[in-house]
Amino acid sequence: MDRADLLSLYRQMLVIRRFEEKSAEMYALAKIAGFLHLYIGEEAIAVGAIAAIRPDDYVISAYRDHGHCLARGSDPRKVMAELFGKATGLCKGKGGSMHLVDVERRFMGGYAIVGGHIPLATGLAFAANYQKLDQVVLCFFGEGAVPSGHAHEAFNLAALWKLPVIFICENNRYGMGTPMQRAIALYSDVAETARSYGIMAERVDGMDVLAVRALMQKVVEQVRAGQGPFFVEAMTYRFMGHSMADPAHGHYRTKEEVEEYRKRDPLLLLKETIVTNRLGTEADFKALEREVYDIVDAAVRFAEESPFPEPRELYTDVMVEE
Amino acid sequence: MPTELSYREALNQAMREEMRRDPRVFLIGEEVGYYQGAFKVSKGFVEEFGPQRVLDTPITEAGFTGLAIGAAMAGLRPIVELMTFNFGILALDQIVNNAAKIRYMSGGQLSVPMVIRGPGSAAHQLAAQHSQSLEAWFCHVPGLKVIAPATPHDAKGLLKSAIRDPNPVIFIEAQLLYGTKGEVGDGEYTIPIGRAEVKRRGQDVTIVAYSKMLLVALEAAEELSKEGLQAEVIDPRTLKPLDLTAIVESVKKTGRLVIVEEGWRFCGLGAQIADSVYAAAFDYLDAPIVRVTGEDVPMPYSRPLEDAAIPDKARVMGAVKRVTYRG
Repeated sequence: MDRADLLSLYRQMLVIRRFEEKSAEMYALAKIAGFLHLYIGEEAIAVGAIAAIRPDDYVISAYRDHGHCLARGSDPRKVMAELFGKATGLCKGKGGSMHLVDVERRFMGGYAIVGGHIPLATGLAFAANYQKLDQVVLCFFGEGAVPSGHAHEAFNLAALWKLPVIFICENNRYGMGTPMQRAIALYSDVAETARSYGIMAERVDGMDVLAVRALMQKVVEQVRAGQGPFFVEAMTYRFMGHSMADPAHGHYRTKEEVEEYRKRDPLLLLKETIVTNRLGTEADFKALEREVYDIVDAAVRFAEESPFPEPRELYTDVMVEE
Repeated sequence: MPTELSYREALNQAMREEMRRDPRVFLIGEEVGYYQGAFKVSKGFVEEFGPQRVLDTPITEAGFTGLAIGAAMAGLRPIVELMTFNFGILALDQIVNNAAKIRYMSGGQLSVPMVIRGPGSAAHQLAAQHSQSLEAWFCHVPGLKVIAPATPHDAKGLLKSAIRDPNPVIFIEAQLLYGTKGEVGDGEYTIPIGRAEVKRRGQDVTIVAYSKMLLVALEAAEELSKEGLQAEVIDPRTLKPLDLTAIVESVKKTGRLVIVEEGWRFCGLGAQIADSVYAAAFDYLDAPIVRVTGEDVPMPYSRPLEDAAIPDKARVMGAVKRVTYRG
């Protein structure tokens, strides 16, 4: 175990956590509007998985996309500005929370129709194969997307054509307010859905960033080598509601249940590992907190101070102009 | 020397030339490879380009259309063949929510250069789920271009432009046109997207008609000329962007407009054209605009009922007589 490595993973998760806590605050102040789906509790998946890929690989996500975007290395200032709807946002304020895109980092976007981006992921992987490049695609979605037709059609094509795509199912147990037991026939083993298409699949503790990364390193290597798609079911839990419209534990689950899962907070787990192995001290964590506070603070300031888009921007980017 | 080609052959040539020119172009859809296309538009393709570029898919429109969109986002130039646009409804979420919007949502970072093509409108007695003219649906969505050529010449030139266009293009081929023949210019040519063509000159009335209905309108115009009425027939060819200037110019000359479309009347494309012409040239009109459209019913199977649901020559002639106060 390497101290710098572990602290870096912790730091990335902390950036996402504090960034999102701050965005919830900004939402309460009406600086951010629309839908805001927080990733709090699920950080280990984005950070662990993205740590296992190269800069030229693709990442694509759904509407709970802040974590993936930040883990991919996008500038928190531009992400916050996007949430504010400002001209300096990643997408000039046209995408917002659910549609973050950072093509420079091969972050191909957040998509807000459940399951609708899974075929796009297979298409990115198809392009890699077509061009004989050895890129892989990480496609993140919740377990709620698994029963969708989009997902099944994409799984089938990916398996049929051996496409280099890694489907990462972030199983947080609730599709909005409906527990998976009431929505997914194979809820006790969601990965079985992928196996039924001949896709290799494995389940991992999505609260343990080291476990996620370790599995992903193996999987990425295998997929990059041309062995076809892989399905990872990362077991996790969202500590917040489905969106800010449902901010607390919600009426569909108990406070006790949320508290129980909070004991396995991914930040807490990694911190314990670091401390137990004497690779970091309270002082280290305090320093990290200060550093991340400054990053998030700067992001908010940048977003606040940035201008809204010019009115004419309403009409730009509809089409590629020739 | 122009060659006489069928509409089907013209499309085949356009795709073949573009695939030879640009290795990023590939064809994907049901039966496009070894079967050579349900309507034989991709005849000979798998032999020439191989199964890596001519991809047979399962019968899953949302999945393979979405895959093509993803491939386009990564820089390829897919041509999606829908076996019919009726099945395109299954891919509508991918087309409307992804293809049409990705550029805008990403603030211009991404683009989706692709063509979604295949037969549309009614053939003979295919009944309600296989006989629909859905172009108005696609025209309604910002971010898409929509093309519906009527002649082999236009089909070739416009398909080549569509394949080269950096945006998602919906390219609707009327199923009954595949066997129709016409002169196609030799070799390399393209037709710009967004340019209408006057298909027949006349000064008494303007008829706007596209796709299969252009042929119906031209027949009606010929018949009317025997009665001393000279109709000017305009084919917009591309429905979005629409060449309103060409239509308005003609209306200013003739003072009368009939719009013919096979699609349903309510919220049909003709309503849009009429609205635009009223706004741009109301003072030039000598009579209210008349629309000839498909009936607002699901397509029946029985032949006489089907005939009654689709505009024909007699109805177009009747409409022309109404706007010229000769009926």
